[in-house]
Amino acid sequence: MSGKNPQPQHDELLHDHNHDGIDRRGFLKCMAWAGTGAFCVMQGGVLRSFSLSRLSEMDPGEAKGELSFVQISDSHMGFDKAANPDVVGTFKSALDKINSLPARPQFILHTGDITHLSKPQEFDTVEQLIQSAPTKDVFYVPGEHDMLDEGAQFKDRFGKGSQGAGWYSFDQKGVHFIGLVNVVNLKAGGLGQLGNDQLEWLEKDVKHLTKSTPIVVFAHIPLWSVYPEWGWGTEDGAQALSYVKKFGSVTVLNGHIHQTMQKVEGNVTFHTAASTAFPQPKPGSAPSPGPMKVPADQLRTLLGVTNVNAVHGKHALAVVDSTLG
Amino acid sequence: MKLVAFTIVVIAALTVAIFAAPGVEPASSPVEPASSPTVTEVKIDNFSFNPPTLKVKAGTTVQWTNRDDLPHNVVAEEKAFRSKAMDTDEQFSFTFDKPGTYAYFCGLHPKMKGTITVE
Repeated sequence: MSGKNPQPQHDELLHDHNHDGIDRRGFLKCMAWAGTGAFCVMQGGVLRSFSLSRLSEMDPGEAKGELSFVQISDSHMGFDKAANPDVVGTFKSALDKINSLPARPQFILHTGDITHLSKPQEFDTVEQLIQSAPTKDVFYVPGEHDMLDEGAQFKDRFGKGSQGAGWYSFDQKGVHFIGLVNVVNLKAGGLGQLGNDQLEWLEKDVKHLTKSTPIVVFAHIPLWSVYPEWGWGTEDGAQALSYVKKFGSVTVLNGHIHQTMQKVEGNVTFHTAASTAFPQPKPGSAPSPGPMKVPADQLRTLLGVTNVNAVHGKHALAVVDSTLG
Repeated sequence: MKLVAFTIVVIAALTVAIFAAPGVEPASSPVEPASSPTVTEVKIDNFSFNPPTLKVKAGTTVQWTNRDDLPHNVVAEEKAFRSKAMDTDEQFSFTFDKPGTYAYFCGLHPKMKGTITVE
């Protein structure tokens, strides 16, 4: 990944496919910072985007797939500071959003920072609230905020049958899903880290798959270099991606940075999800990545859920972000 | 005459008591007793340790206070100390008895680094 182009590519996005006057850079800004949503379809490594307001103009065949699921992230249950004193309320709004989707998702992925401080009552609250989701199948990977007890509760609650600190894979309707953990044993000055044990496991995990198998990799910290200055990347992410690049369609879903961002690199599409709790500033736009305080009436436009459709035959995953506002 | 003398003695005694009270000693108190530990503050602000490098004498206690809205911890690279996660305004203290250089970082946000040099 980093071999060809070592620069952070957080500004690389789409052309103006939907003719709404939003170019690559404009689209990114619009999506990520103003909180508008977009519907994206990946076909052969090319991402097509439609603004959410134009979904009704789309051919339904483009939007529907044999498999759809939802990604939520960074619920930070227990956070109570000015950036959002009601993370329970916004988490419930995210669940309402999921319940109102036209197609019932098969399952939910939570890409970490489920809790703010790894407290038992924080985990309890999320587990109770998520029962109102339209599916009982929720797959988790931990964020660094979920490992403050060295990961004991996370492993006990969500990591049964997983390897190491909680990594695993599963298959759903021909799509191979891989949940990775890049938030443990972090080194001074470094980024997120997978570690050799996990990388070895990953290499073996995908060895038996045919090259046409669509792959979805999900982990908390972005596996690509979003903004290393703030730790927004994974030291050995490129090595992990080298094991999956040979597959025709690879989608990487991350959280951690509390804003939506997308990038296409060959047949690999990277996507980060919004938080359901509080927004964080765009890379380098603030002295630190701390919670961003926005006027109360704008908060929900910066939080959200991500809906993903897999369309068979086209090897495409469609990624839809919608805000809570 | 006797009464006046008594009054003067009382006033003198009160004066001594006031000057001896804690907090009104002259700022430059001459010699710290060797046994009294000194505490030096490191503030955690905007995802950084302030000051990031610090020189202290052996026996000094360093106290970290988290002023951010997100939790941080402090982890010594050579494992001399490791705090639990500090939420906003929570603190962690460690007394440095042995001279040496202690590099540390935040285990949640490892880009945050600091060094304590103990003389």
